[in-house]
Amino acid sequence: MIGLLQNLIDALSLGSIYALTALGIGLLFGILRLINFAHGDFITIGAYALIVPSADVTARMLIGDFNIALMLPAIALIVIVAALLTDALVFRPLRRSSPPTLMIGSFAVSYIIQNAVLMMYGSRPKAINLWSDANTQVIIGDLRVPMLQVITLVVTLALMAGLSVFLKKSRYGVQMRAAAEDFRMAQYLGVRGNFVIGLAFAISGILASAVALLYVTQSGSLSHTMGVPLALFAFVAVVIGGMGSLVGAVVGGFLVGFIVTMLQAYLPPDLRAFRDAFAFAFVILVLLVRPAGLVPARNTVERV
Amino acid sequence: MKPLLEIDQIHVRYGDMTALRGVSITVAESEVVCVIGPNGAGKSTTLAAVAGGVKPFRGEVRLNGTAITGRAPERIAALGVSLVPEGRHIFGSLTVDENLAIGGYMRNDKAGVAADRARLLDLLPRLAERLHYPAGRLSGGEQQMLAIARAVMTRPRLLLVDEPSLGLAPKIVDQIYEILLDLRRRDGLTLLINEQSSNRILNHADRIHVLRAGVIQLEGRAEDLRDGDAIRHAYFGFGHQAPAAPAALEAAP
Ligand SMILES: Nc1ncnc2c1ncn2[C@@H]1O[C@H](COP(=O)(O)OP(=O)(O)OP(=O)(O)O)[C@@H](O)[C@H]1O
Ligand SMILES: [Mg+2]
Repeated sequence: MIGLLQNLIDALSLGSIYALTALGIGLLFGILRLINFAHGDFITIGAYALIVPSADVTARMLIGDFNIALMLPAIALIVIVAALLTDALVFRPLRRSSPPTLMIGSFAVSYIIQNAVLMMYGSRPKAINLWSDANTQVIIGDLRVPMLQVITLVVTLALMAGLSVFLKKSRYGVQMRAAAEDFRMAQYLGVRGNFVIGLAFAISGILASAVALLYVTQSGSLSHTMGVPLALFAFVAVVIGGMGSLVGAVVGGFLVGFIVTMLQAYLPPDLRAFRDAFAFAFVILVLLVRPAGLVPARNTVERV
Repeated sequence: MKPLLEIDQIHVRYGDMTALRGVSITVAESEVVCVIGPNGAGKSTTLAAVAGGVKPFRGEVRLNGTAITGRAPERIAALGVSLVPEGRHIFGSLTVDENLAIGGYMRNDKAGVAADRARLLDLLPRLAERLHYPAGRLSGGEQQMLAIARAVMTRPRLLLVDEPSLGLAPKIVDQIYEILLDLRRRDGLTLLINEQSSNRILNHADRIHVLRAGVIQLEGRAEDLRDGDAIRHAYFGFGHQAPAAPAALEAAP
């Protein structure tokens, strides 16, 4: 019983990471019809921004040593700038291109970011110790919950609530939802296309920076490919949830976190190495039953 | 009077297919001008070329004498052009109120936006009752009214309306036209309207253009075209004694 509860908490915490990543990918897909595989590399940028650029194996903190009130906005700002630059340099010239072209563009961005990180920081993974305080445990009865998992869940819920209020209540949020549903019509009504797209990139940057900090604290290491599996699982989450639906992205993220954690915990040891294969088989099963995803988007009008 | 809109010899292509071949239409301030034509004539393309949705490869569109050809749709909207598109293109997952709000966001006068919203809801009580519904749940006629109200919220000088009667019952269509003409009377709104059939529009428009195969076949004052023979000829491209029109067009001119 305690074991199951413990696993459920692990699942929630891992699911949070996937859900936040999936939100970033889903937001851009909604507005731009871009499946942004470089989103994982935005996370990598946020993580590496913590340390001094050098090829040394031991990481020396840079922004990671700042006071937290300064560190969070600094990391967020760096990732936002990276995301906006990506839009300006790569996706703006591709505005009229088809979704497959955009996706290939995102692969290119992904490789460019990974190689830039490689050049600046070297290829060997680095150990990093951010917020060691967060590794204390909260003890509830027989249950030991790492503080970090609580923080992860709280931060995730707070970001989701914030995003939801922004999309529902602010004029820019309403414009983004309109643009996601019918981009051209929104433009006809005076919604500035490049502005809402820029906004979507900026928000996906904020989400990526949050994931970067949570993930680095959890894993304690940095590598130039660290964002790739995150983007892959988050993409799966977006597909399971229903392309273009933000609620779906969140549901999908938590579901993927749940499946992966439970497989890890309950698969017989010799099969555990194939955990991801089982996870993806499950995904295929979900899609066979519900091809449009668990929470299909209301609107899938093709953009003209 | 100086024309508000001049469409000057525009040509538009989709890939290899030329949709407009030298279309010219001028619309004066406060005028109601109608373009009629069969399926695929290029009516929607003409409005899209004005609103910035497609870019003519030859010719020019001028608003108040300034060329706006090829500008982004949102910049043209900011100059006072608003489109009620064919098929309405309501934001179905947004509420009725949010749909209206979108139209007002680009304006700077908060008070004016609030006043226009109140006035439109007064004029359209059916929308007022459903303000917080997802707009996708409205009936076709209500959606058409919302599309018009949403466009009017931008405070346009020129309203482009693409087949407002499409798929609606005649009684609803009458209401829609009443609303459009009411807006014109009160605000001096200039209207460029597309329709497939001329029977209703002849009573409302000042001038009519008949468009077929990307070319303006006929233009004239509505009152001069009342008897319908000239329109029929231009519309079908053959004499009126020709065999029965295809079913889809039967009700047309
Ligand atoms: N996006 C597009 N891509 C390719 N061809 C198009 C596109 N839009 C319109 N066309 C073609 O251009 C021509 C003119 O189309 P348009 O929609 O302007 O006609 P219309 O007069 O509005 O017709 P309808 O009465 O059916 O609305 C048609 O032959 C149509 O098939
Ligand atoms: Mg049309």
